[in-house]
Parts: sequence; C-alpha cells; structure tokens
Amino acid sequence: MTGNPAPATATQAPHAQPDATAVPLLEARHVSKYFGSVVALRDVSLEVRAGEVTCVLGDNGAGKSSLIKTLSGVFPPDEGEILVDGNPIRFSGPREARAHGIATVFQDLATVPMMSVWRNFFLGQEPTRSFGPIRFLDQGRAKDVMRVEMAKMGINVSDPNQYVGTLSGGERQAVAISRAVYFGARVLILDEPTSALGVRQSGIVLRYVIQARDMGRGVILITHNPHHAYPVGDRFVLLKLGRVMGTYTKDQIDVGELTQMMAGGEELAQLSHELQRLDPDQPGLQRVARELAEDAKAHQ
Amino acid sequence: MDVPNPTMQAGPAAGRGDRVVAARAVTRIFRRPEVGAALAAVAIFLIFALNPTSQPLWLSQAGFVGWLTQAWQFGIMAVPVGLLMIGGEFDLSAGVMTGSTAIMMGLLANNFGWNIWLCIAVSAVFAVLVGLFNGLLVVRTKLPSFIVTLATFFVLRGTSVGLVEALNANSTVVTVLNPPAGADTAKAIFGGTIGSSPAYPVALVWWLVVTALGMLVLSRTTFGNWIFAAGGEPNAARNVGVPVGRTKILLFVLTALGAWLVGTIQFTAGLSAVSEQGVGYELYYIVAAVVGGCLLTGGYGSVIGSSIGAAIIGMALQGVIYARWPSQWGFAFLGILLLFGVIVNAVTFRQAQRARR
Repeated sequence: MTGNPAPATATQAPHAQPDATAVPLLEARHVSKYFGSVVALRDVSLEVRAGEVTCVLGDNGAGKSSLIKTLSGVFPPDEGEILVDGNPIRFSGPREARAHGIATVFQDLATVPMMSVWRNFFLGQEPTRSFGPIRFLDQGRAKDVMRVEMAKMGINVSDPNQYVGTLSGGERQAVAISRAVYFGARVLILDEPTSALGVRQSGIVLRYVIQARDMGRGVILITHNPHHAYPVGDRFVLLKLGRVMGTYTKDQIDVGELTQMMAGGEELAQLSHELQRLDPDQPGLQRVARELAEDAKAHQ
Repeated sequence: MDVPNPTMQAGPAAGRGDRVVAARAVTRIFRRPEVGAALAAVAIFLIFALNPTSQPLWLSQAGFVGWLTQAWQFGIMAVPVGLLMIGGEFDLSAGVMTGSTAIMMGLLANNFGWNIWLCIAVSAVFAVLVGLFNGLLVVRTKLPSFIVTLATFFVLRGTSVGLVEALNANSTVVTVLNPPAGADTAKAIFGGTIGSSPAYPVALVWWLVVTALGMLVLSRTTFGNWIFAAGGEPNAARNVGVPVGRTKILLFVLTALGAWLVGTIQFTAGLSAVSEQGVGYELYYIVAAVVGGCLLTGGYGSVIGSSIGAAIIGMALQGVIYARWPSQWGFAFLGILLLFGVIVNAVTFRQAQRARR
C-alpha cells in the first residue's frame, strides 16, 4: 500500500496552517515537564500531520529525550496536553501510545543484533500457526511479509536469516522503521536516527523517512543536525533548554538560517571570550577561541 | 530449512544475491553455533577409539552405554541451562537442585510412607517454587543471577544435608527401606532400564525428549524468539513489547524442573538419595552449554549444541577411565575443551557481528 498520495509538502503548505481541514495526528500543546526543580520541558507545542515530517532540533540537553518520552507515553506531562487526532489523551504507558499508532524508534535500542532480520521484524508480534494445541512460528509467512515490507522501503533482503548485526546502521534503522509502519504506526518518532551514521548511511535513513512520509505517516524526526533535518522536514521546532526557541515551516526558513539558529552565533562569541580569559598563555586554547570567534561572525 | 528463496529476489540486489548464495550456504553451516561442538565430539570419540587401551571397551555396546550413562545427567540439564544462558542468565543452584528434589522424595517416601507418585508431584511443585524464587529475585532486584543463584545453592545444599541428618540419625543417605505404592511404575518410567546386557537407561529417552522439545521451543515458537531477544538486547526487546522479565522467570522455572526430572530419575532408580548429590554439577552444565555454542553473555546459542556438549563431557570422563589414565586427566581435558569452546564462540560471535562485506 502506498497510502494517500503524499501532500506535496513544502510547496503547498502555507505557514502556520490555522485551517483545521487536516487535524494533526499527534499534537503537544503547551507541554511542561519538571523533575524536582529541574525544568525538562516548558511550554512546548508541536504537531505532526499525516504525510508530514516535523523535525525537532536541539543540542544535547535541550530536552529532546524528555519530549520523546512525553509523546510516546513513558511519562505524562505535568502541564499542557497531548492530543491524538485532535482529542486530548492521557497515555497510561508506552503500550497505550503504541495502541494509538504512535511508535518510537530508538537509535540503538531498536533491534537485536544477534537475531535474524525476520525474527527482529516480528519480535513481540510473532505470527503463529497452530498444530493441534501448540502454536508455532509461521516462518514462511513471516519471511514473505518481511521481504515485501522491506521492499517498500527499497531494500531487497536476499537472506532473511541474516543477522541484523551484519546489516549497516542505516539498514538496521530501516528494519525498525518498516516494522513500525507494518504494525500500524501512524506516527513515527525517530530518535536521532542519523547521529551514529556516516554521510552515506544518513542519506539512506533520510530516504526511509521520506518513504514513510509518502505512505501517509506522520514523522517526528529528532536530530541535532540541521543538514539532515532540512531536506526532509516540513516543520522545524527548535528546542533549547527545554523551551521552544521557534517553530517554522519550510518556507519560513532556509538551511543557513536553521544552522545559525542551531549553532547560536552569540553563544559562540561568548564561548570564545570565555576561552580567551581562561588561560591567555596557552596558544592552543587561544587558537580555538579565535576560530570560534570567526565562526560566530560567519553566523551573524 | 533456512534456505533463502531466490525467486523472491528482485531488483538490483538480486544478481549479487545469487552469486553469493553458494558461498553463503557453506559459511552458514560453519556459523551455526553447534558445529564446533559436533566436530569436537567426533574428535574425542576418535581419540578413545584409536587408543589401543580403551579401544575394545570403547567400541563395545557396554562401553557405549557407559559413557551415555555419564552423559545423560549432564544432557538433560544442559538443555534448560543452555536456554537460560541464551536468555542471559545463569543458575548455579541447578546442580544441587537435582539432589534436593531427590532428597525430598526420599524423606517423604521413607519417613512418611507417601505414595511415590505423590512424592514426585510434591517435589515438582517445590522445584517450580525454587525456580520462581530465583527468577523473581533476579528480575526484581536486577542483581546478577550468578550471585542470586549462588545464594540459593548454599541454602539448598545446607538444608538438604541438615534435614537428612536431623531426620535420619546423622546419616547422609536416605534409603527407602519399605517401598511404598507406586515405586515400580515410577521406576519403569524414570529410573529403569531397557533391555539387558547392556541395559540402556530409560533416562536416555528423557534426554532425547528434552533435547527435541528444547530445539522445538527455541527455534519454532514465540517463546524461543523471546529467549533470544531477552538475552541479546533486553532493552530493544522491551521496546517492542517482549515480556523480558516473564521470559527469564519461566526459564528459571524450566531449569528447576529439569533438575527435578534428573532427581526423579536418580531417586526412582534405587529408591535412595545422597544429601550432597549434584553439588558441583552446575559447572558441568555450564561447560556443556558453552562447549555447545551458547554465548556466556546471552543472546546466542543452541540446544542441540548443549546436548552434544554434555555428550562430550560424558565421553571425556568415561574415556579416561577406559584408557586407564588417572581420572584427574579427565578434568584437564574438560578444562581445555571449555577454553576451546569459549574461544570458538567468541570468534563466531565476532564473525556474525561483522558488517556485511
């Protein structure tokens, strides 16, 4: 199945889209989350619609993982609400979120390396066939379905018994993504799918993101890399220290601006000053400081 | 069974796939976890078959039964211990459990005169409870099973010896003097023999049954899938909804039940039990599983391999006697085998993990 013909995103989408013709599949409204006195998230809002990719950009400690856990039902928000298909909902746990079609693919914790591709694909949801009172794995069906589903992602699996550990990083993500799509995920939350990958592999994963989008799924792509986010994203949510620094549609921002906002030109300048003050006699440190200052200038 | 179906291939990858299929079939055989154990078993069989001292007995039926009689008590346990290891855990109380269950049956039959079948049933319940205890403790506390089951080991060992001494006038042996009802049928099914000169123990049938069931469960059922996942990458397994804790607890219960089966066979054979029976055997089970290709860290291994590992131990211990070598050499032999097994496993693991070329 190819789902709805993907709404050709960037060109058609006017900004902000206040019209309610397309209800977001998943929406967070003014979500805050505190851990004791630590503010993990404050007043974070974002949405993802069918056939769209919403990118959440932020550096380490920006609150990305707290956001993922709130969206995927690991813990409820302290303030604000989560809406599925426009209806407010309070997930009892990840299982309920999954039942609502929200699937999270964690970067390193998506697959079991010492298990074959087909076993991984159906792990936790194995198809069985009964022989009298005993139920056995339906290996034939499992392998066939897996091949067909992986082919939709553009991967030909010649040997379904191959261990996932022998696949490339990109292909492993593909197994996890196509598995989530096959088992009814309408919203895919991808946690840093490209951060451990090389350039080529990242490109492959981004292609799967587009495939999932074109199948009519909503994708939330969490990343710290604006160069990965921009080509596939329809909306961009910039997260810093648990707050949203800005939300943009693709036509409101270009990749240069996105990078600059991510890198934070002013912060670079400040860091450069601090380094210079730290130890004026260290030539190495001073060189780094100068480079930072130049970077900061280039960004402004 | 696990041959890729070339007709399903399409697109640009197909051509490359066809070309490497033949080469892959060979490497796949050698990557199976039990292959190393099978080769080692053949080698050890040949050593004693070619040794002039051991040869006549080794190649006779009596000699065959001799080492099989050593091997089955490791073999029946190597299967659940292997499954548990694939599931990422150890059970150091597995050996002493074979003795504890036998002692329990002995005391109930001798001191209380219970029907043997009732004794067997009650000790099965006891085994399930011990397995549950081990499993729940490991899963709930997240402590290493190594230490949790070591504690169980000491408790069971102390209790067995203490109970026997307290109830049976400082003896370390329980012998049922007046066989209660059910002794004959229980012996026929568990502790008896088939045929005469040589007589094959019925236990060999149990070993085969346990091995066949274990293989079926591991490779053909949902639970088998969960065993691999629970030991291989428990967090990923949890993320896709595998009940990792429940899987591990069930594996501990199965291990305890395996020990109960061995205890039942040994008890019904002569209606007697020794209080330290099975102590130290837990290490043999682990050796069998590791030599059979189970990865110590979990997630990978084989049931048939574990059984072959048990056969190797039986052959080594008995072959040394036939060859009239000092029996200590049997242990040296096992040590070398264990080292060899671990190294082969590590290499296999790295091979399987290596990115496709």
